[in-house]
Amino acid sequence: MSETAGQQHPIGIYLKIWVLLFVLSTLSYLVDFFHLQGYLRWSLILLFMFLKAGFIVAIFMHLSWERLSLKYTLFLPVIAIIVLIALMAIEGDYVNVTRHLFFDQ
Amino acid sequence: MNSSTETKGGYDAPGLEGVVSDWAADKQAFDMPWGKLMMWIFLLSDTFIFSIFLTGYMNVRMSATDAWPSPSEVFALEIAGTHLPLILIAIMTFVLITSSGTMAMAVNYAYRGDRRRTVILMALTAALGASFVGMQAFEWTKLIVEEGVRPWSNPMGAAQFGSTFFMITGFHGMHVTAGVIYLTIVARKVGRGDYEKKGYAIVEIAGLYWHFVDLVWVFIFAFFYLW
Repeated sequence: MSETAGQQHPIGIYLKIWVLLFVLSTLSYLVDFFHLQGYLRWSLILLFMFLKAGFIVAIFMHLSWERLSLKYTLFLPVIAIIVLIALMAIEGDYVNVTRHLFFDQ
Repeated sequence: MNSSTETKGGYDAPGLEGVVSDWAADKQAFDMPWGKLMMWIFLLSDTFIFSIFLTGYMNVRMSATDAWPSPSEVFALEIAGTHLPLILIAIMTFVLITSSGTMAMAVNYAYRGDRRRTVILMALTAALGASFVGMQAFEWTKLIVEEGVRPWSNPMGAAQFGSTFFMITGFHGMHVTAGVIYLTIVARKVGRGDYEKKGYAIVEIAGLYWHFVDLVWVFIFAFFYLW
């Protein structure tokens, strides 16, 4: 059992990721502070969000050192969520259009 | 490996008995402590819960015909005479990230067998988590008392703002609170030396939960506060 020894990595990597997360959070705050709008705003928010989430999962939660079978177990079900988001976006848009059609008299 | 020579124990049995023996067989798919795998599975299910909340929020925000209140302005604060948009949320984000950092180091020291540092770092993590909940209580109070936001209405625009806000941040705050209690209990047991024989995987398991709480906040921060 290799896992009984547990996850052991130098402390430095956590400090580096910590600083990185600070920088990324500051950048996403600045997106709001400077009132960026439209697609630039949304793409920057998503970019910083996915970078932060990725570093937390990969380094802090040690997933990058785990076996591939665990990664599949965790990431394949997420496809269902992506499908749900797509469906609900279509649905929300449709409801918005019909509300404007029937209530804006 | 030697299953071809040892096909007894119901393996060749037809029907349900074979199914039962397959699933009851002494096989290990994941090379990790039982509790750690269970925590991962729990976190996966929690991912679904928060995703469904955020998807519901997306749906009502897209379909709302009234203007959505600007989170940047709703959550702005006056500090020393300066108007700062979203500043409390930014501070809460930094607090939670810091607590994630201290937790990651606590896991590291636990596996090294440094109990004193583990306890200190876990206590620090719990204290940061508690201060996060405190700031959230302040934020809720300000929103309810001063801004008049209710789950069914608010003076700034779309009524759905209140219901989604209270549901999503409330559920997240509940997770943080539970995490603070969980960390405190585990830290106390580490300090007492309860895990000297069993090993310190429990600290990593508690850490997984805590990082997940931080992870969810990353998504709430992006989608609710910044969008």
